[in-house]
Amino acid sequence: MSAVTETEKNINTEKKTTNRFVEVAKSLMKNKLSLIGIIIITLIVLVAIFSPIITSYGPYEQNLERTKLGVGSEGHFLGTDNYGRDMWSRIAHGAIISLLVGLSSVGIGLFGGIILGLLAGYYRKLDSIIMRFVDLLFAFPGILLAMLIIAMLGTSLVNVVIAISIWSIPGCARIVRGSVLSIKNQEYIQAMKTVGASDLRILLKHVLPNCTAPLIVYGTMRMATAILSTSALSYLGLGAQPPTAEWGAMIAAGQDFMWDAPHISIIPGIAIMLTVFAFNVVGDGLRDALDPNMDVNN
Amino acid sequence: MNHQTQLLQLNHVKKHFPIKKGLLQRPKNYVKAVNGINLTVSEGETLGVVGESGCGKSTLGRVVIGLEKLSDGSIQFKDESIGNLSERKLKKYKKDLQMIFQDPFASLNPRQKIGNALEEIFIIHTNMSKSERKQKVLSLLKEVGLKEEHYDRYPREFSGGQRQRVGIARALALNPSLIVCDEAVSALDVSVQAQIMKLLKDVQTKYELTYLFISHDLGVVRYMSDRILVMYLGAQVELGDSEQIYKNPLHPYTKALLSAIPRPNPKHKRNRIKLQGDLPSASNYPTGCPFHTRCPIAQEHCAEIVPEWREIEENHFVACHEV
Repeated sequence: MSAVTETEKNINTEKKTTNRFVEVAKSLMKNKLSLIGIIIITLIVLVAIFSPIITSYGPYEQNLERTKLGVGSEGHFLGTDNYGRDMWSRIAHGAIISLLVGLSSVGIGLFGGIILGLLAGYYRKLDSIIMRFVDLLFAFPGILLAMLIIAMLGTSLVNVVIAISIWSIPGCARIVRGSVLSIKNQEYIQAMKTVGASDLRILLKHVLPNCTAPLIVYGTMRMATAILSTSALSYLGLGAQPPTAEWGAMIAAGQDFMWDAPHISIIPGIAIMLTVFAFNVVGDGLRDALDPNMDVNN
Repeated sequence: MNHQTQLLQLNHVKKHFPIKKGLLQRPKNYVKAVNGINLTVSEGETLGVVGESGCGKSTLGRVVIGLEKLSDGSIQFKDESIGNLSERKLKKYKKDLQMIFQDPFASLNPRQKIGNALEEIFIIHTNMSKSERKQKVLSLLKEVGLKEEHYDRYPREFSGGQRQRVGIARALALNPSLIVCDEAVSALDVSVQAQIMKLLKDVQTKYELTYLFISHDLGVVRYMSDRILVMYLGAQVELGDSEQIYKNPLHPYTKALLSAIPRPNPKHKRNRIKLQGDLPSASNYPTGCPFHTRCPIAQEHCAEIVPEWREIEENHFVACHEV
């Protein structure tokens, strides 16, 4: 056997095993805006997880003697609403709802989109059928599509999740299809075919892992949209119903008291804004960090 | 070399790609990438396939290993016709027919460790246990001149030559009898090229492999091949023993091709035969001899009659009216 040459050996020793995850995380941290976003998301997640511990009142605990207390009141540092419920504990409870709805709807949407996208990209015969269906979904303005679905299924938070999932499918399907189209002609896919790998194995083990980067970005951005849409639908009375401590529903409930107790609407509004902002900037940062031109592979 | 047993036989193999147009995607025209190849490859030999870019040599290789379906003709492999077998039946033969790909930077999954990539082949085809598979992969790596520590590395940590060694290991994994080397060394540095070619020759003698060696690099093909097939526009124009082709080229296209080989000696005057015009489009296939549009010695009848495949001297075939 011919020996490995000196030059090849040198390349070997220079390149240490690099962890891609660490690399992406590092370049994400360098971006100040996305660092702020990460901090905000971390805080929201912590608040959501530890909400029973860090709040002294239940989110549905009424105290009709202490209603519409302002921000900074004793015992209620974010004040209370018109039923005397603690705003801080309602916001914290709303964080759980927003994150759960966001995660589940994005998760289901990505799952559906990945399946459709993989099939459309890989099998040319299915391509036009699936993509016309996707175009059909795209033709509706997002929130209108969600309202339509809720109108059919009825108003509830679960139906909001379903509606937003369906709305997330077409974008994801397009992204995956595009990636699959470029990946399936790569030589390593051809090579897997020549060693006799099945289509399922090729799709799941070789195609999908190579189109994760745009999916991560899409998923993060989609979280922002999903949370915002949940609130919007709840605000319109199509999602979470009062007294549920959902941010959008809280804004709607507070708007009658805009003049004497504006914080009842404004505080959940700020919570929505911060969350959406955080997911958007992290999504932006991820897009830069996962840029294939900065990829060590190329 | 044993030139007796036939391993692979191509009968009038054609591969035409439809050009689809319009709303209904009806084929309007065809790109005739491979247009009627008749060929016999014997066990243990290396058959070089040369020709310029776009002459269909890669498509020929892909048809042979079953990556592309045949449009017409048949392929005999070990006494069985494998031309248009269904996917499932083909799997049995896929073990025997392997390919080494051109671009070592594109032929390995960037997200998969080398060890896992090679083990996967055994997961697909055998019921080996995890430790058995690992042993097998480690011995394969050793076989192609890589070390045990490379097992846990990602492709990006390898140089081009090392990646191509992995590509060879992948092709060897299932003990094939025929390996199609599609421009297997073209993307490598000259010094690494030599090592990889030596490795290819070493494993060939060890495992009695047959190569279909596709390349545009005439020097490389000469070093590797026992026989050489010259292709032009999807058709075979000349076939002969390596030395016959290089010492006594008969077809005007082969002559032009060989005159383009760079000579190391700058004082050596080349009688470069320059072909006029461009390669005709394979979707607008010339009538008669496909080469007549650029041939320096073309006569009138060349544009009308397809030249016969004639044996001029022993084992030396050519398709030209004027030879």
